[in-house]
Amino acid sequence: MIDFMRNKQWFFLFSAIAMVISIIALAVFGLKPGIDFTGGTSMTLRFNPQVSQEDLRQELMTFGHAEVIIQSSGDDFLLRMKEIAPSEREELISVLEEDLNAEVMVRDYNTISPSIATETAKSAGIAVMIASVAMLFYIAWAFRRMPNPFRWGTCAIIALIHNIVFVAGIFSILGKTTNIEIDALFLTGVLTIVGYSINNTVVVFDRIRENIVKGISPDFAITVNSSLLETLGRSLNTSLTTICVILALFLFGGATIHNFMLVLLIGLLAGTYSSLFIAGPMLVVWEKKEWRQMFSGLSFSRKSTQ
Amino acid sequence: MKKNVYLLIFIALLFGLALWQIVPFEKKLLGPNGLTLGLDLRGGSQLLYRADLSKKDPDTSDEVALSAVVEKIQRRVNEYGAAEPVIQRMGVDRILVQLPGEKDINRAISLIGETGQLYFVEQKLDENGEPELDEEGNWVFSDEPAKAENEDGKLKALTGEYLKRAYQDIDPYKGAVVVIEWTSEGAYLFEKITEANLYKPLAIVIDKEIISKPIVQSIISAGTPGRIEGNFTIDEAKNLTIQLNSGALDVPLELIDQRDVDASLGADSIKKSVLAAEIGLILLLLFMILYYRLPGLIACLSLLIYGVILAAIFKIFSANLTLTLPGIAAAILSLGMAVDANVLIFERMKEELRAGRSLGLAVETGFNRAWTAIRDSNITTFIACIVLFWLGGTFGAFMVRGFALTLFVGVALSMFTAIVITRTFLRFIVRSRLFIDIKAYGVEK
Repeated sequence: MIDFMRNKQWFFLFSAIAMVISIIALAVFGLKPGIDFTGGTSMTLRFNPQVSQEDLRQELMTFGHAEVIIQSSGDDFLLRMKEIAPSEREELISVLEEDLNAEVMVRDYNTISPSIATETAKSAGIAVMIASVAMLFYIAWAFRRMPNPFRWGTCAIIALIHNIVFVAGIFSILGKTTNIEIDALFLTGVLTIVGYSINNTVVVFDRIRENIVKGISPDFAITVNSSLLETLGRSLNTSLTTICVILALFLFGGATIHNFMLVLLIGLLAGTYSSLFIAGPMLVVWEKKEWRQMFSGLSFSRKSTQ
Repeated sequence: MKKNVYLLIFIALLFGLALWQIVPFEKKLLGPNGLTLGLDLRGGSQLLYRADLSKKDPDTSDEVALSAVVEKIQRRVNEYGAAEPVIQRMGVDRILVQLPGEKDINRAISLIGETGQLYFVEQKLDENGEPELDEEGNWVFSDEPAKAENEDGKLKALTGEYLKRAYQDIDPYKGAVVVIEWTSEGAYLFEKITEANLYKPLAIVIDKEIISKPIVQSIISAGTPGRIEGNFTIDEAKNLTIQLNSGALDVPLELIDQRDVDASLGADSIKKSVLAAEIGLILLLLFMILYYRLPGLIACLSLLIYGVILAAIFKIFSANLTLTLPGIAAAILSLGMAVDANVLIFERMKEELRAGRSLGLAVETGFNRAWTAIRDSNITTFIACIVLFWLGGTFGAFMVRGFALTLFVGVALSMFTAIVITRTFLRFIVRSRLFIDIKAYGVEK
């Protein structure tokens, strides 16, 4: 049988390391903002006959768009560059058609003015904050019969922030290595994770609440541990089924939602982990005021739990 | 037992009704009155504008000014002849225009975004009353609209406000021209202005740009239509006519987000997401049946009903619910969440069975105990959806809105599926005593 409580220092340590790496990545690389946040143009082009990515880049450079990022996806090229107006786009397309000797089809075109982009980033930040606070209050309300309901809410929110930071950290590293940009759908994904990871944590907390009412053990740590064990099957099964679905969408759903599904996938894994190994154990530490003991306990973990 | 039978009948009716709404798929679901597909799935153009409300008439409220702009855009788009256009206000100062199937985004932009303000300007004169010339020897025009006294002796500027109607005409020598007819007051002002500027140039200004600067050859008396020649193409002349007829926009608009999608990309997206949905669904169903056995099978059945009802909801509310690519992703994701509610219940049931409770009792306790967890966890998802929906509205991201709305509907329906449909089926199976071996419920003895 797994003893979540006895090993909690190691879970915390593991998460702390993941957090530190994520925060360092975020501080050093930052997130690569897409056109939703900076303004600019994205286009999906298809050439008939197909042209090479290098030729296309060369053409765009002579057209004055050296900053262009080109990704190929199936038969299409995804282009991201500084803002080009629709009239300018017609000019670009006719230049491309002539120089590359191929028919060009604009499959998707989106231009966002930089003036709105900063507002988008601001409202996105506000949205994540509002969502977190609203959930904190809901959980505090749902667990109002427990002593210290705000501790429950706070632990759930800490688990949530843990997940968001982890996803952002991964995307920061991916942004550096594979040019993944974050866009409006990335935010949508993050907010979905906010909902999902709270969802998972609430299921565990719900069982703890029930077991406290039942009075299965005077020791809060034992109560939390049995609650975690009892909900383990559900947690893993739900995550597994949802991961099946997201993985299918990730692999076969096409380029538009590819990054979006990646956010959900990583967030889901982090969410499953944190609902089991972070939220519950943290509640125990807080309720039993074990903070000081824990730091000294890291090196003498056996002694402290005996 | 009686209540259960009623519930079964209710579910059967609901399922039949939903099925009737969507079958056959080709005709009902994908037909003209079927699902509303978003621009990312069917192709088309989308423009998002920000209205500069600081330039509005200070006597009107923001609300009134913006509604007036929306109404005028509506008129322009209708005259333009776009199919099923969507024009709506978003947030405080945004206006979203969606033109499904529209390929020529440039023309749409020049039609909608220009304010369509028409007025005339007179030539500037220097102190000696001679025409002022710039360095290149061109005429210089005043910055102010030309004014004249109306019949009541009030000084008025002649603007598009006095327009009765504008129409397009073809002049054999000048090409496409726009003919304008004035209201009686407008015609009076026009006569006065042409009189004051006889044999002098009088520039026609539309949207602060001088379109042409003809020399007034005669006093244009009331009742004679005026003519704007500006070397227009036929499309330009038509756009200008539409703009003039719809009236000038009350405030200038700034285009902040423009997007157009080719229909072929949308078709690709649909194909891909259908494939992904199929694979995801098969994995899901396999897992449920292998792991939970009989209850898993029942869950699959209720998931099937769930899918049919969800599709029917999208069809029935097709005026309000637009299906976008992220929306499809949300629908598939909500399937995963619908499974969650079932899993919660079944795990609870198994626990009760292991604890030695009877089947009937295990089903009831399983549902009752799982309810608080299902409720609390889904409400947090609802909170996320509502915030997302608001966020999507602030910057006109129809992708984000589509996702949030679909997820909300999906999760709400998934609660109903688990709590009502799965429970009713399970109760029925348990009471029918068809399967009394608890192995069928995934519990080892």
